[in-house]
Amino acid sequence: MNSSLKALARYLLGSLRDLLPVIVVVVFFQLAVLQQPLPNLGQLLFGTLLVVLGLTFFINGLETGLFPIGESLAHALARKGSLFWLIIFAFTLGFGTTIAEPALIAIAEEASEIAAQAGVIGASLEAQEDYALGLRLTVALSVGCAIVLGVVRILKGWPVHWMIVGGYVIVVIITGFAPRDIISIAYDSGGVTTSTITVPLVTALGVGLATSISGRNPMIDGFGLIAFASLTPMIFVMLYGMVVH
Amino acid sequence: MLWHELLDAFLGTLRDIFPIVAMILAFQFLVIRRPLPDLRKVALGFVYVVLGLTLFLVGLEEALFPLGRLMAKQLTDPAFIYAGELIPDTVDWAEYFWVYIFAFTIGFSTTIAEPALLAVAIKAQQVSAGAIGVWGLRIAVALGVAVGLALGTYRIVTGLPIHYFIIAGYVVVVIQTIFAPRLIIPLAYDSGGVTTSTVTVPLVAALGLGLAETVPGRNVLIDGFGLIAFASLFPIMSVMAYAQLSGYRAWRQRRRASQSE
Repeated sequence: MNSSLKALARYLLGSLRDLLPVIVVVVFFQLAVLQQPLPNLGQLLFGTLLVVLGLTFFINGLETGLFPIGESLAHALARKGSLFWLIIFAFTLGFGTTIAEPALIAIAEEASEIAAQAGVIGASLEAQEDYALGLRLTVALSVGCAIVLGVVRILKGWPVHWMIVGGYVIVVIITGFAPRDIISIAYDSGGVTTSTITVPLVTALGVGLATSISGRNPMIDGFGLIAFASLTPMIFVMLYGMVVH
Repeated sequence: MLWHELLDAFLGTLRDIFPIVAMILAFQFLVIRRPLPDLRKVALGFVYVVLGLTLFLVGLEEALFPLGRLMAKQLTDPAFIYAGELIPDTVDWAEYFWVYIFAFTIGFSTTIAEPALLAVAIKAQQVSAGAIGVWGLRIAVALGVAVGLALGTYRIVTGLPIHYFIIAGYVVVVIQTIFAPRLIIPLAYDSGGVTTSTVTVPLVAALGLGLAETVPGRNVLIDGFGLIAFASLFPIMSVMAYAQLSGYRAWRQRRRASQSE
């Protein structure tokens, strides 16, 4: 028990360190540049406390529960050599981690509120929730596909830049057809998807695969999965926008 | 009110975590067919994940979102920009320079402190046998994010269409890919996605939405989003530029060494 308390304290310091730059910059601007009092200071401080506590438990839980199993599974499946299970694993890993990604939950909610205000979707709470969930499912689906594509690439040893450049071309073409009000949300969703949960697990899968296949360089073949996972959501979300808007 | 919010977030979190838990258990027992090594520890871990995510999401609503919007509102307030001067009818984009400076500093400081980036940088240094320095890479990525965010806020202020910027960025990335050392390419592409952390994303998104709300003539849905896209694109360029620069320096050193012989 004592050791787990110590671990919690260490994660608490870690999440404080994550927030510190934000706090320093905001306080500097408030005191030196804006020189205005912050309204609702109590609420902001309380919310920040929740964020720090939440991050502490979240990261601690990930590292004691999810990451060890996820990583050992990724290694075991990479060694097992069954293409079928590897691809199923890659897809569900991409899908499952993305649905649970906190930054995506936050952005999808924000996007649904704004779409409702702009009158693109119905203003009812239900319509907003449907839209937010649809957005998240779309992104999760696209990340699942991206990880499958990335795994196949590592197995075949295709060079990553051809596929990325190809993806860019598709993004540019679809941009020409997508409704204007989905484009910026779609572009954002690429960067949002890959954060706390997805990056460590997906990187473990990529580097694990590249190390267990002979003739693959972990530096060249192990990285690159995240790049796919940040590219496909743009394409899928623009398609989603063409259907919904 | 707060309890209600907490309960809502808690139930939502359970639903969000369910797929990944179900999937990991299914693979562990059905495909790999091995028992979990330390069941109690793992179960505790999942309880922490649900609890932590719940608190984090409520905290976001209470602090990070309001803070981002508030900063946007205060930095674009005409009374702040024209302190003591006469307020004109239309605002020139250059008058919003504090917004760009704020975006730049937030981008640089949060990225330099980002633990995921540090982990990637250490790995990159090992695999490249020291050719890519930890600090060089971190500064390159942080500068990329900072410039990206500053340019992104400039786009919101001016209301230019986002795809012009992103497509132009793609062209630069493609040209750099041709000339950059092959080893750095996948890492550079990844660094774009890695940098945007869980704390930065909500704050930056709220900043963008706040800007689109307060700058006259902007549409929140069209102009408010897009900052994250800038923050993910520019590190790709800056990391490849860093690799090209260090490659060029190594080449010049070699040439000087061979000339002096």
